Amino acid sequence: MSRRFTPKVVTANRLREGDVVYLAADDRWTPHHHEAELIEDEAHAQLRLLHAASQRLEVVGAYLADAKAGANGPEPTHFREAFRTRGPSNYFHGKQADLTSPRA
Amino acid sequence: MYSYSDFDEAFVRARVAQFTHQVERRLDGSLTEDEFRPLRLMNGLYLQLHAYMLRVAIPYGTLSPRQMRQLAYIADTWDKGYGHFTTRQNIQFNWPKLPDVPAILSALADVEMHAIQTSGNTVRNVTADHFAGAAADEIEDPRPYAELLRQWSTDHPEFQFLPRKFKIAITGAPHDRAVTKAHDIGLRMVKNAAGETGFEVIVGGGLGRTPMIGMTVRDFLPVEDLLPYVEAVLSVYNTLGRRDNKYKARIKITLHETGKEEITRLVEERFAELRPLFGGNDQKLLADIREAFAPPAFGNAPTDAFDAFYKADPAFRAWADTNLAAHRNDQYAIVTISTKAHGATPGDATSDQMRLIADLAEAHGHGDIRISHEQNVILPHVHKSDLPAIHAQLLKAGLATANVGLVSDIIACPGMDYCALATARSIPIAQEIATHFDAVKLEHEIGPLKIKISGCINACGHHHVGHIGILGLDRAGVENYQITLGGDGSEDAVIGEKTGPGFAYDEIVPAIDRILRAYLDLRASPEETFLMAYRRVGMEPFKTALYGAEGSRNAA
Repeated sequence: MSRRFTPKVVTANRLREGDVVYLAADDRWTPHHHEAELIEDEAHAQLRLLHAASQRLEVVGAYLADAKAGANGPEPTHFREAFRTRGPSNYFHGKQADLTSPRA
Repeated sequence: MYSYSDFDEAFVRARVAQFTHQVERRLDGSLTEDEFRPLRLMNGLYLQLHAYMLRVAIPYGTLSPRQMRQLAYIADTWDKGYGHFTTRQNIQFNWPKLPDVPAILSALADVEMHAIQTSGNTVRNVTADHFAGAAADEIEDPRPYAELLRQWSTDHPEFQFLPRKFKIAITGAPHDRAVTKAHDIGLRMVKNAAGETGFEVIVGGGLGRTPMIGMTVRDFLPVEDLLPYVEAVLSVYNTLGRRDNKYKARIKITLHETGKEEITRLVEERFAELRPLFGGNDQKLLADIREAFAPPAFGNAPTDAFDAFYKADPAFRAWADTNLAAHRNDQYAIVTISTKAHGATPGDATSDQMRLIADLAEAHGHGDIRISHEQNVILPHVHKSDLPAIHAQLLKAGLATANVGLVSDIIACPGMDYCALATARSIPIAQEIATHFDAVKLEHEIGPLKIKISGCINACGHHHVGHIGILGLDRAGVENYQITLGGDGSEDAVIGEKTGPGFAYDEIVPAIDRILRAYLDLRASPEETFLMAYRRVGMEPFKTALYGAEGSRNAA
């Protein structure tokens, strides 16, 4: 019996910088998990993943990651994906620092 | 120290130019990621959890001050101001951007360094005893042989697509500081009955998901047979190694499935074919390399300043007791600079720290620096009269932690804070254990102890050979930590034994605390180390300490 589809977001790393990014509903790649498109339909998820994989000059390694609806948008459901939203825990750098800087 | 020949220089520059074009073609879309990935991995460039990671080889862990300063420059210019020393004596930069990597490789080439074969199914960085050429117990400096192996294996056409990665470690001393028995090939220098120097050849060791201690396939290999014999081992492995299943592809599985006797027979047969093909050029090259590793001109001066400081300054005495090792010249000492300040990330050094170490090596250390597989930095040749000055400068830089070989001198892989393969974090566990035992002031009371932490079954943190090993896993979507006890990476190498069910993230430091308090209660004397006590009493008292009497029975 096939497993029931659970909500997903499309995530990848930027080709040039390696940063973690998420695919938004308007086709932007955003560093913010909560801006990602939360996909609840399996066929739509496959189409969005194909779209992501076709953007080979922008991102690398696109995949579907489990997520759930939260108060401010999608939230990760697994600790690995939660770490990817913020960066390493031993230093305040990576996304957690970049996203508070003007660059973000 | 070995200097690049014209051939080395041209080879490395050509590779930089080649990879520069490959990066350009990836960025303009001429290469797909599937096409580019093997090319970047051939140059040590990974894509990790949050960023790219560039792994740079430090052959046999040896660096010059100029090279260390260049690593600091790279950290400042293209990374975040620090580098991470690994259990394979490499350095990793965790945040390079893809368009910058060619410039980094070029900067490395400027100081005779590269990232070639730090990834891929090929012969990786050849590692060695970090006290090589200095240790009091050494038979001979193993680094000339390591350099010979490096030159032979670099871009060796037959061994660029092995069934899996291949790791060689070498030691010239009876006390094994290079974990030779946990490598694909371990080479231990020995003397035969005639007093000649040769190698004990150990094959098929390795950690990872199937940890194994290597088997001795030759008790004594004459040093002049080194290359043809190693080539014979690799040749047999290349033929027999499994390419159908990456989890069964390492030579340890080949050895296990084929049998030691049959493998040995095949290796000896191949060796007989290869031996005549090595007409002596390797020995001429070895003679040149040996000259490059000639011992420094040791000074002759009184050591009174050291004795006076040792008596008068408790901080200096504590540091000297833990961080110095015996040098073959008794006026000298080997200094281990701990990267494990309590709460720090094991193996990390800032660019300022790297520059200070380079300065100290130049001023007081005959220009020699080593990186240990335990993620510390070594000044192998320091006159004892210079030690007080070195200690004072290390103190100012946060590098004088007196903890080498103690509970906070932990090996920790990058874990899920950086690594795409990891299933749990390692670094924060190491940080919290170190901070805890510093706070309860038990570190020196506990004495010699090796804790090693890996964030996944690939065992980059060598947890299987930790006196206390910790393996981070994903158990139903949460981090869970499994403990092993009794592992040992020395010449008496042993794989540790699992205690029982794992512990949640917030339970692991209390669990390690219970194990070590149990040890303090049951040890026969303060001279009995944790490992000695474990070997005497076995697992049961520690299981009881971890799980309680009832839980201990259920944990079996």
